[in-house]
Amino acid sequence: MSKVIIKNVGKIFNAAAGQIPALQDVNLSVEDNEFVTLVGASGCGKSTLLRILAGLEYRTSGEVLCDGQSINSPGADRAMVFQHYSLYPWLSVIDNIKFSRQLKVNRENLTSSDVEAASGRADALLNLIGLNKVRSAYPNQLSGGMQQRVAIARALMGRPSILLMDEPFGALDAQTREVMHDLILHIHRVEKTTIIFVTHDVEEAIYLGQRVVLMQPRPGRIHSTFAVPLPAQRTQEMKHTVPFRELRAEILARIRQSTGITTDLDMLDQLNLQSTSV
Amino acid sequence: MFAALGLLLPFAAWAAISASGWVDSMFLPGPLNVFTRMVTWLFEDDLLGDAAISIYRVAAGFLLSAALALPLGLLIGAFRPVEALLEPLTDFIRYMPAVAFIPLVMLWLGIGESAKISIIFIGTFFQMVLMVAENVRQVPMAQIEAALTMGATRYEMIRLVLSQSAKPAMLDTLRITMGWAWTYLVVAELVAANSGLGYAILKAQRYLKTDTIFGGIILIGVIGLLIDQGFRWLHRRLFPWSHARG
Repeated sequence: MSKVIIKNVGKIFNAAAGQIPALQDVNLSVEDNEFVTLVGASGCGKSTLLRILAGLEYRTSGEVLCDGQSINSPGADRAMVFQHYSLYPWLSVIDNIKFSRQLKVNRENLTSSDVEAASGRADALLNLIGLNKVRSAYPNQLSGGMQQRVAIARALMGRPSILLMDEPFGALDAQTREVMHDLILHIHRVEKTTIIFVTHDVEEAIYLGQRVVLMQPRPGRIHSTFAVPLPAQRTQEMKHTVPFRELRAEILARIRQSTGITTDLDMLDQLNLQSTSV
Repeated sequence: MFAALGLLLPFAAWAAISASGWVDSMFLPGPLNVFTRMVTWLFEDDLLGDAAISIYRVAAGFLLSAALALPLGLLIGAFRPVEALLEPLTDFIRYMPAVAFIPLVMLWLGIGESAKISIIFIGTFFQMVLMVAENVRQVPMAQIEAALTMGATRYEMIRLVLSQSAKPAMLDTLRITMGWAWTYLVVAELVAANSGLGYAILKAQRYLKTDTIFGGIILIGVIGLLIDQGFRWLHRRLFPWSHARG
């Protein structure tokens, strides 16, 4: 059975202007240890879908199963990495990573060997993200890239069933982003995590994903799904190969087609249209 | 450097104006007169006693206010229903001038210590509740949602995230409301007291002792400045992480 099953999921926002369908008839299955990326223009509902998986938002129809369990609220089995500002600035790097250890959900039926294992795990994660040297530093002494490394380690601490990532590298500069890409691929291999990753960057979606799910707006729904024709072990050079470039061109073309936007002037037209219709 | 200059300049201007003789020294005593008066006040009259009773009143009113406002503000900031229940009322009372309660408080409590402490409490509590609630609401959503996705319960959220995250801002709120507490102290002592710095100022007015009035005002300013610096020191001491920069 699939790790995650999303069945006919819909979401309607109640706004002042009336009911706005944010998601409609979304169906998607994610296998164990798969790395799936969700990509699409803004307003396509990719973040909303991820937040429904996390239990941070309610669906208005359909069903979401994780490990066969219906999802209705947030839970430690589905960890999430946010774009920024999610670390606890009053805690050191290592205490941020260990944060979930003090929660009741992780303290029930705990043996002393569990506690030892947890402490070892925190150290192992610190090594995995390469931040052993700054284990006692506070988050605001770290660069944006380092902060995101800590956020990833903290999310992995409780061995979640799936790791949800909401544009985690969106605020980083291009060089840092490339380093983070290779880091998260490495983590995916070592930790054997199932990852669902939301991004608006098509290149990022292809480089990271084994499967790229393209979503389209108004209402948010899945447009198409692409299996990425690249070897499991990715290298930066692959970004210049023909299969990569072709897939990138195709996805970009479909985004343009699905939104009707090819130039920034079209974008302006659409915005005008929206404001007059409201 | 500039801080010292900013304090010294008005002081120098004051000395110059009073030395020039433009203003009658009965209305504007020179710095030296005020200083001598403060020395005699200290040694011959009971300056320390006046200051001590005033500090006691401020401390009692302020601590009572903080002890109730911090948990209540935390609850208002954390829970929507509590917010809906209490915030409109708090907002309403906040706009009533605390000074207007003085006659009522005197009727109810007389002019004992509890009356002055009550005035300070009324003057600071309602502001403090709303400011603390706002401090809690300012906690970044991502910090809250991250804890939710790690499986935190509601109680854990308040204890481990909201209160921790809002602590530095709450201490700033206390620092600011402490200033108001001093204002209400003086008001209370001007109206209903027979001791304290505010009362000394009022008494000095009756006998046209402007040097004492100046001395009292300066003393309140100095005590306020010291307390403010104390709060800032505490802030750096308790929350080094909010001052650290990479």
